[in-house]
Amino acid sequence: MPQDTEPRHLVVIGGGMTAHRLVEALRARDTAGSWRISVYADEPRRPYDRVALTSYFSKRDPEELSLGDDALWHDELVTLHTGTPVTAIDTAARTVTDDLGRVTPYDELVLATGSSAAVPPIPGADLPGVFVYRTIDDVAALRGWVAEREQAGRGASYDRPVRGAVIGGGLLGLEAAGALRALGAQATVIQFGSHLMNAQIDLGGGEALKRLINGMEVGVRVGTATKAMVPSRRTGHVGRLDFTDGTRLDVDVVVLATGIRPRDELARAAGLTVGERGGVVVDDTCATAVPHVWAIGEVACIQGSCVGLVAPGYAMAEIVADRLLGGAATYPGADTATKLKLSGVDVASFGDAFARTERSMEIVWADPVAGVYKKLVMSDDARTLLGGVFVGDASAYASLRPMVGAELPGDPSAYLLPEGTGGAPDLELPESATVCSCNNVSAGEVRAAVTEHACTDIGAVKACTKAGTSCGSCLPLVKKLVGTELERLGISVSTALCEHFALSRAQLYDAVRLAGTRTFSEIVERFGRTGSRGCDICRPVVASILATTAPAHVLEGERASLQDTNDHVMANIQKDGSYSVVPRMAGGEVTPAGLIAIGEVARDYGLYTKITGGQRVDMFGARMEQLPEIWARLIEAGFESGHAYGKSLRTVKSCVGSTWCRFGVQDSVALAVLLELRYRGLRSPHKIKLGVSGCARECAEARGKDVGVIATDNGWNVYVGGNGGFTPRHAQLLAEDLDTDTLIRVIDRFLLYYVRTADRLQRTAPWMEDLEGGLETVRAVVLEDSLGIAADLDAEMDAHVANYVDEWKATLEDPEKLRKFAPFVNAPGESDPDLQYVPVRGQIRPATAEERRAGAVLVAPATLEVRS
Amino acid sequence: MSTLSAAAEAATDATAVDATAVGHQDVCLLTDLTPERGAAALLTETVDGEPRRTQIALVRTVGDLVLAVQHRDPVTGANVMARGLVGTRLVDGEEVPTLASPLHKQVYDLRTGACLDAAGKEPLPGEGGLRTWPVAVVDGVVRVLLDESAS
Repeated sequence: MPQDTEPRHLVVIGGGMTAHRLVEALRARDTAGSWRISVYADEPRRPYDRVALTSYFSKRDPEELSLGDDALWHDELVTLHTGTPVTAIDTAARTVTDDLGRVTPYDELVLATGSSAAVPPIPGADLPGVFVYRTIDDVAALRGWVAEREQAGRGASYDRPVRGAVIGGGLLGLEAAGALRALGAQATVIQFGSHLMNAQIDLGGGEALKRLINGMEVGVRVGTATKAMVPSRRTGHVGRLDFTDGTRLDVDVVVLATGIRPRDELARAAGLTVGERGGVVVDDTCATAVPHVWAIGEVACIQGSCVGLVAPGYAMAEIVADRLLGGAATYPGADTATKLKLSGVDVASFGDAFARTERSMEIVWADPVAGVYKKLVMSDDARTLLGGVFVGDASAYASLRPMVGAELPGDPSAYLLPEGTGGAPDLELPESATVCSCNNVSAGEVRAAVTEHACTDIGAVKACTKAGTSCGSCLPLVKKLVGTELERLGISVSTALCEHFALSRAQLYDAVRLAGTRTFSEIVERFGRTGSRGCDICRPVVASILATTAPAHVLEGERASLQDTNDHVMANIQKDGSYSVVPRMAGGEVTPAGLIAIGEVARDYGLYTKITGGQRVDMFGARMEQLPEIWARLIEAGFESGHAYGKSLRTVKSCVGSTWCRFGVQDSVALAVLLELRYRGLRSPHKIKLGVSGCARECAEARGKDVGVIATDNGWNVYVGGNGGFTPRHAQLLAEDLDTDTLIRVIDRFLLYYVRTADRLQRTAPWMEDLEGGLETVRAVVLEDSLGIAADLDAEMDAHVANYVDEWKATLEDPEKLRKFAPFVNAPGESDPDLQYVPVRGQIRPATAEERRAGAVLVAPATLEVRS
Repeated sequence: MSTLSAAAEAATDATAVDATAVGHQDVCLLTDLTPERGAAALLTETVDGEPRRTQIALVRTVGDLVLAVQHRDPVTGANVMARGLVGTRLVDGEEVPTLASPLHKQVYDLRTGACLDAAGKEPLPGEGGLRTWPVAVVDGVVRVLLDESAS
């Protein structure tokens, strides 16, 4: 049969997470290009991770919430219409009409319209100051309102925090309460039911959860119905909640989190069947009763109900993608396991959490002092796991959830005891057990990633299987599976630095620091392979460690031989073996005289000059033997080493700040100069970059730095763990509104904690990712001194600052060190004749191999060694 | 700077001697070389009856063994090998002295010049491992033996 080459047209209504998954799955599998896809989204942005909405408060950047690879939306078979609602469906003509009146035909139609927040019929629910919690815009509006109220409160004669209330004590309500607290508002959760999260956990768990929530300074009122929201007489904004029991609560902001309602109005208008409580009725293949129309996600009423969780939505998207390509997938039933994403509060429930299975038995372990409640629901013979609830400590959740329906080895109560008390046997997950429910990845697929696709680390496994790429709660389990599998293959998951040291960089750092060893010979004998002399990996690492534990000049004695090639000549080697030279310009600030001096040096030595990304000038094409003369002139002009060659602090980029800028609120240049002069020369596992912006406009792009500082009206916000490069990351908020002294101590500790514990060549972002507890751990160590090392770190940084000397100046003063710059040990006056250059845009560049052979276009290497 | 000029002097003499093709060239003093850090040197070899200058990299180990390899990096063609990191590597149970290219980190066996780790890169056409020269230290003077047939 001749194949129609024109692809068929799939129209997807809705631009949420399940729509994204459908498009992603279809494009991944439809290798023949038999479908082109049009997606109509109400929101003015690409699909984003709604599950992680609360993180928008700490990250403040919608981009951080984006899902998957952006390239999907550049696919020529995919068209995404953002901010374009569909207003009508004609199932007979097989067309959709959008809000611009455009009529588009479809071959197949998928409804993925999701839900809207249900607004309870309480008088006053439409008052200014009452919000729902569903989209980025909702969250942004809430944020703006709280900030405005705070400002208004500060101006008034009284000074009190913004008072917030959340109506609804489910998953979303608790996240909203956490968000209010993060915004600096008070929060009280009003729950109609008998306990918090009553859809997921039992009363015992609810009680424990309430204590934990109270511990976060969030008030909780259970069994409370709201009668009315009453406006303030002065402002007309929401001002008070009246409850049915006659009590009241004064408020400045209210968040409604009382549930969701499927958005089935389009479907109703088109004559599709809807369920009793709403939702488009579909069968187990996600097909509606009308031919060529499907529904997936929260709008789909499947097996009699709508499910407000992302995992079942993803499962439905996969089914439709499969069916569109001629497959026969069917819906396996919803996995309703849930985990609360609120920092500091661990809550999880899975399977038959309420012990509704006949003759099931519950095993409970509770520690009211620690705020921990754990329960397993087992079959009557106490062997098969049916479900469970975890509050306060959900560490066992990831490994137990996939075991639902399987026999647990050993005594089930062992799984409930606190970690470290031993007891719980290692679980061997069945191949079919779902490890990542967001992406429906089984234990077998994770294992296969290692055994068949040769993945040897967690990053590769994530890329290969997608496990752990959505909510991330399964990552500990994926890590464990990968580790076990690698071990089985005889691939040791080694943290060894290299063949000479079995220790990791962090372990070696501690060993050297505690033992007080000062030379490589001593270190390799004590902690490395006896008789070996190291390599290009461990020698620079030891040099870097010693730079902090036993500060000395980079070229001092034996240490010189440990330095990487760049540190050894204190310049950056280029492809032809010449070097580039970068003097420090702290904060990107330079005087006209300084600029002229640099220009003269570059001119006299014929150097190619370019402005760097770090706000300074790079001069290329210097021969090794020219470096001391060049530096003699730069130092005379007041410059010092910029450490562009080192795994060390590079630059502190800044915007011009409040001294000149009409928007600036703090003096960002002064702070940048102060920070750059403080941390200059600090040797670290990888390069470190800082940035300081003088206001929230962020012209210094500080959040793209390892440490970014952004001015606020009250001081400085500090962000950590950003970088550009191969995997760009935005820095995350570490602390807010710090004064300058506190800010400096926070950065001191952050940097030295990183220097102590990161792996070689690991920037701050991956370091934090690897760190158990991530940002929270950093916060605890840096702000609360949870490890009791703050005094140590402070002393270490004080020593660094006190001991700093410009290493180029010190080199020029020492003939022994200058010897290293001789081009040839037996011909000090000669130069490498192979360094040859051609002109480019008024400057020079290295000649290519062809140009060398041709010979004619060459310009002489710079030999003008003027020393006036 | 006295050692430096002494070395330069020694080298000048050696070059003069070498021009008459005695099969070796005295390059510098052992003390001119820093242990475990390479130094570049110029060698005058005779190729097809013509003198030709070759850049070599000299490496002095902690045990005062001196090894000579080509200064040119086989992967990029840049004359930089003497600026690479020196170390050792276990090859067939033996601790072998090594030199890593400062540009793309290929690791070479300093005794044979063989590439032990290509670091995912190919050498340029006509290049492979590092060329080596036999070295003797005679009365504190580093003497490179010229193997005319190899050039």
